[in-house]
Amino acid sequence: MTTKKRKERLDRGIKVRSDDIFALTSYREMLYVAVPSVLPVAVLLILPLILPTYWQKVLISTSVFAILAMSWDFLVSVGMVSLGQALFFGVGGYLAGVLDHHLHLPIWLTIPLATVLGGGLCTVCLVPVLRLRGIYFAMVTLVLPLMIERIIEATGFLGGTEGLTGLKPFPSIYAELYLIVAAMLLVLFAVRRMMSTDYGLVLRAIQENDRSVMSGGINIYYLKAQALFLGGCACSFCGAFMTHVYMFVGMPAFALDYSILPIASAVVGGMGTFAGSTLGAFILVPLSEALRGIGGLRTVIYALSLTVFIVALPEGVFHYIQRKYKQFERWVEVER
Amino acid sequence: MLEVTLIYGFINSVILALIALGFSLTFSISGVSNFAYGALFILAGYMVWIFVNLLSIPFAVAAILSVLLTALLGAGLYRFVLLRLRGLVISEVIATFGVGLAILEFFRYLGWTGFEYTLPVFTDGSVMIGNTYIDHQRLWIVGAGTSLAVGLYLFTHYTKVGLAFRGIAQDERTALTLGVNTDRIAGISVAFGAGLAATAAILILPRGTIAVNEGYDVLVNALAVCIIGGLGSTAGVVAASFMLGYAQMFTDSYLGPHWKMIVPLIAILLILAVRPSGLFGKQKELEERI
Repeated sequence: MTTKKRKERLDRGIKVRSDDIFALTSYREMLYVAVPSVLPVAVLLILPLILPTYWQKVLISTSVFAILAMSWDFLVSVGMVSLGQALFFGVGGYLAGVLDHHLHLPIWLTIPLATVLGGGLCTVCLVPVLRLRGIYFAMVTLVLPLMIERIIEATGFLGGTEGLTGLKPFPSIYAELYLIVAAMLLVLFAVRRMMSTDYGLVLRAIQENDRSVMSGGINIYYLKAQALFLGGCACSFCGAFMTHVYMFVGMPAFALDYSILPIASAVVGGMGTFAGSTLGAFILVPLSEALRGIGGLRTVIYALSLTVFIVALPEGVFHYIQRKYKQFERWVEVER
Repeated sequence: MLEVTLIYGFINSVILALIALGFSLTFSISGVSNFAYGALFILAGYMVWIFVNLLSIPFAVAAILSVLLTALLGAGLYRFVLLRLRGLVISEVIATFGVGLAILEFFRYLGWTGFEYTLPVFTDGSVMIGNTYIDHQRLWIVGAGTSLAVGLYLFTHYTKVGLAFRGIAQDERTALTLGVNTDRIAGISVAFGAGLAATAAILILPRGTIAVNEGYDVLVNALAVCIIGGLGSTAGVVAASFMLGYAQMFTDSYLGPHWKMIVPLIAILLILAVRPSGLFGKQKELEERI
């Protein structure tokens, strides 16, 4: 008769009462707490200096997708599942393009303006459907970018299929790199911090059970609109940023890539922690660059990884790693 | 001009109804999301094309075969993807949308576009109604669309399986207590929906070439019809198809074709703002939407 074993998980000793209170007694333990957040930041700040030019570009798009993924993750934790991050991205991109092309504003004005205006515009667009939940909201967001793309293609509005070209570039590639990396870190830590405040708690509660939040006398539609504005601003910033990196904005800004890849990143990385979404982007985007040779098949791979992860590992990579890092695991015999 | 618009509006409406029937059967009647619907539609089209042109199977056999295979694929989609996610609506949507996206983008990658990628019409020729020429294929569409809509109504109201479909959408647990195997019924529902998608594809696609983008349009149109008609109502599907169909045709002929695609979205927005449960919707009004 073989003895049955089960896996036992124990929290590490320094963890007291909850996930974020620690009793630290040595440098080793301080390191243990600090490394997971300090190491990635340090690496991200050094990377731009040592990467070859091609991979610098990859780092830029990775960071952009990480922000888009975090914004998606944020909206999901407020109970709004968006299948169209491309909407926010494209609106920001086109706004920056228009501000530059028609109003000739300098670059340090176009990006902030496009960020705020883009967030506002998207919020206004989506306010009529804020009452919708779940799939209905998702469907509306799925349709909007497709529709805007068609309108631009058909009417020739905003440069039509040609797009707006000859926009102002950044002064140097290091400006681009550090701006986007800083923005990404800012979004990451700001959103994480915000979600642990009371405000974030209410936002999360809307996702868990919006009825009970309503019965607490809180106007959830106003809060949802605020969340939409914040999420929209982050994506619009990415759009505006990429417009100036490419010195061009056109219909590709509303492409399905910008909707699907963030979702895939968040799902692969693990939802709800924001660090997971970032990790997911840092796995998927460089991977897809390495797979550039297969062209259109990349979207197929994202789509399939999306399905496979959501079916097989719904918690995502980050939660898995986090568990391994924070807990002991050992096999113990099952008592009879 | 008006006559042409009226007649083609009618045909367009029937096409919309035909597209939406399968989606409505799965999504609104039995409450399972299948966002791979548009992809299954296109997949069935290419399947028939492969059977006819590469394997030289007669068209009638190829059509039946592709309907069966698509239905089988739907059942597989349920068994291997949806079954593990039942009840997690968002995950259902993302997973099936991912599958659909993979199928559609795979065909885009293959680059199968162009004039040779067409399906044969059922019978060639055209008839005159008043001063308007209508080809036989469109008459086939009208005939098949009408009979399928009637058939679906009868099926969901007078057969055991059909009633079970409606039952699991209304209350899955109660359905369980009455001896309905909800997992199996939901699987059958996805398979039937996929089969209907294939049927619609075989009827509709001969009008033009098979294009990958049509997969997204099909999904959007089917969604619009289901939302406007209201969940769980066959009459709603028909009524919504006619409203949308005529609205599209009139925008097409008076504002220009590029505004046509915007009609469904505006319709979705309006109906969700004014009457969130749809025109004929009864169930799940509060729980799902507001």
